Amino acid sequence: MAVGNIKDKVAVIGMGCVKFGENWDKSASDMMIDAAYEAYEDAGIEPKDIEAAWFGSTQISLGEPLAYALKLDHKPITRVENLCATATDAFRNACFGVASGMYDVVMALGCEKLKDSGRGGLGGGGGGGGGDMLFIPSGGPHTAFAQMANRYMEEYGWTYDEFKPILAKIAVKNHYNGSLNPKAHFQQAITEEQAINAPMMSWPLGLYDCCGVSDGSAAAIITRADMAKSFRDDYTLVKGVGLAVGARQGWTRQDFDMVHMEPTVQAGRQAYEQAGIKDPFKEIDLAEVHDCFSITELVIMEDLGFSPRGQAPEYIKEGRFLLDGDLAVNPDGGLKSFGHPIGASGLRMLYEVYKQMQGKAGPRQRKNPTLGLTHNFGFNPGSGVGSVTIMGQADTKSFS
Amino acid sequence: MVGIVSYGAYVPLRRLGKGTQGWRSPNEKAVAYYDEDTMTMAVAAAIDCLGDRDRQTVDGLYFASTTAPYKEKLAATTAAVAVDLRKDIITADCGDTLRSGMGALRMAIDTVKAGSAKQLLITASDCRLGDPGGDLDQIFGDGAAAFLIGDSDVIATLEAYYSVSNELFDYWRSDTAKFVHTWEDRWVQEEGYMKVVPKVVGAFFAKYKMSPKDITKVALYGNNQRRHGQVAKALGLRPEQVQDPLFSTVGNTGTAATPMQLVSALEDAKPGDKILCIAYGDGCDVILFQVTDAITGYKPNRAMKTHLAAKMIFPNYQQYFGFHHQARDTESGGGPAASVLAREVPEIYALRGTKCNVCGTVQYPPQRVCVKCQAKDQMESFRLSDRRGKIYTRVLDYAAGVPAYERPAVNFYLDWDCGGRANFQLTDKKPNIEDVPIGMEVEMTFRNIINGGGIHHYWWKAMPIRETWIAKEEK
Repeated sequence: MAVGNIKDKVAVIGMGCVKFGENWDKSASDMMIDAAYEAYEDAGIEPKDIEAAWFGSTQISLGEPLAYALKLDHKPITRVENLCATATDAFRNACFGVASGMYDVVMALGCEKLKDSGRGGLGGGGGGGGGDMLFIPSGGPHTAFAQMANRYMEEYGWTYDEFKPILAKIAVKNHYNGSLNPKAHFQQAITEEQAINAPMMSWPLGLYDCCGVSDGSAAAIITRADMAKSFRDDYTLVKGVGLAVGARQGWTRQDFDMVHMEPTVQAGRQAYEQAGIKDPFKEIDLAEVHDCFSITELVIMEDLGFSPRGQAPEYIKEGRFLLDGDLAVNPDGGLKSFGHPIGASGLRMLYEVYKQMQGKAGPRQRKNPTLGLTHNFGFNPGSGVGSVTIMGQADTKSFS
Repeated sequence: MVGIVSYGAYVPLRRLGKGTQGWRSPNEKAVAYYDEDTMTMAVAAAIDCLGDRDRQTVDGLYFASTTAPYKEKLAATTAAVAVDLRKDIITADCGDTLRSGMGALRMAIDTVKAGSAKQLLITASDCRLGDPGGDLDQIFGDGAAAFLIGDSDVIATLEAYYSVSNELFDYWRSDTAKFVHTWEDRWVQEEGYMKVVPKVVGAFFAKYKMSPKDITKVALYGNNQRRHGQVAKALGLRPEQVQDPLFSTVGNTGTAATPMQLVSALEDAKPGDKILCIAYGDGCDVILFQVTDAITGYKPNRAMKTHLAAKMIFPNYQQYFGFHHQARDTESGGGPAASVLAREVPEIYALRGTKCNVCGTVQYPPQRVCVKCQAKDQMESFRLSDRRGKIYTRVLDYAAGVPAYERPAVNFYLDWDCGGRANFQLTDKKPNIEDVPIGMEVEMTFRNIINGGGIHHYWWKAMPIRETWIAKEEK
């Protein structure tokens, strides 16, 4: 079995990201254009330099709208959908397009226009019953992830009164980070009391345990590592890309627990192996992870090896994942406050890692970061899609 | 010997009564919840009737109701697949009159006697609506009964019957009406029920040279409590001969009223007892059963006694109004795909999963490739509707797509005791997290899941074991 390695073969030379939010005044095309042109300008290239593109979106089910929005002239475009890992998977396939030698300069762009749907949240909860196409009894994503929260409390012996403040700390951290980010959907800091006392959604998850539902778009320009220098000095290098898809094991099998997300573990393992990472908590400077719900971020800390099993609550209490902590988690505000336009989120995460590596993250800047990680988890605990991408600074090329 | 082999009943958990804000009647009545209807109650009663019996030996199902879910579409077929009967069976709906329940029972006996079937299941269920807040609304209740008819091991035999057909507008519902109509009350009672029933019962006694003193128990339909009492008196019955007509606990359950009383009577019956059943509506049916020696070894399931004892007083009449009068709309919104419903009949209606013949893992939904050992097409079908399990993890969902009065909904992962895990809604539950602990035992219940596209979409939910609702002192 071939075990290829993407490490140091592909470079990111330009990125763009629009302000996420309820962008009532912007169409999907507007956001694609804004994200793409910021990326073009950042990379110092012209639209015509793009040889191929991968377009990530869950709602826009075609690749053609990207060509139409950007007037890409008869270029190869592939639309990618992989739940919440959609943008990351578009990026991953764009990396392969370059690494294969097929193309020199390509683009990955994610875009989602959720706020034209006339509903809050991501929908769900109507509840069909039975049948391959109807088989989710009720409840939106908040319900699915609350199942994990309840099981976690049960397994590790947490009461609601003890556990809720820990979840609240995650929301407080991500809101604080978002308050420092002019592109975030929500830019206000909140208090632990606010998070704890917010209206209940799915016990124990309240409103502030849930991420924002937003419009947004983000893009990356990718080239071969050996060509990157001709575009800029402070490019970033892709160190590893992992992707793992669950088969609903946790929904159907009693021997699967629901206090971890196996796709995350597996995707992390792939990416760490490619990047040569042995101790992620020590080696990684910052991580943009899929905090669709507070409990998700908590469990991801354990799944990605940032804390031992069952210890994430302690690490969170100790502030280890704060902006100035040992390993900054969601320095840009995360899904919680940056917002979650599904098919754009993965590239938004890479945007923060990219800017941090270049020292351009403003008040959120970490001191000399060299290695950053992004993570997505799509669908519900017990199954789902996990993706992990690791990027490092250009001058860490010799890092191993 | 042809007769009743087994019986079952269903009474919805929810009651309107003294603790119900806005409820004016001194009586309690049972009301189908928003996810229950004539169909789900019939299925529940049928499963109560069958218990652990082999469902493959049942040769047909007659479904009786005046409130079947469709005007054009057989209800008996839906009930049959939910109960998990064979495909090569007789199915028929009996409707349009409150006599249809007892009528179906008699037809089933005739069918078995004629040799067309060896065992037939019949269900009688009704969810009739009265004008909101009006007299009928206070009288009508919801419930169901079911009987297995067969030619061996019978606990009661049909000894005699007499029927009269009588064209009359006393209670009726046109093809477009939602609520039951009635006419001027004195005329309806005195020229209808009170005149017809004594006359027909008198003719029955004359025909068979019997008198009321020959009867052990009478399951007498009544329009309402007062008129029921007056007719019982007019028939010359002693109070102990009159089966409780359920007006103070369940209400008038329409076509299920006499069958449910028959279930109650059988629960207390001794060999040799004679039970006279009287059904009324566009005429009158009088049917006499005699209890056999087999009753002494017969073990009922929940039947009427447990279902009557297990109850939850619904807090608010307005909320009842909401789910009874609005949640039944099938015409707005999109519905499930007819092709999926047809393709997945075992999965959806019978709650059949699969069991891997290689590793033994039970799985739902049904799989072709095993979720555990990945063996392909090594599965046998496995019914899960009659299996209990425990809550693996659960949530209280405050934003669930269910009617507001059901929030917070409980959504959970069920680990069946026989193996297998799946995600379900928990219905008929208490609303606090401590009332639905991880590890709590649950059972399956057939419910109306969602309506749209003209389709009542049924599937399974789970519920706390019904006996847990029986008040401690009544246990």
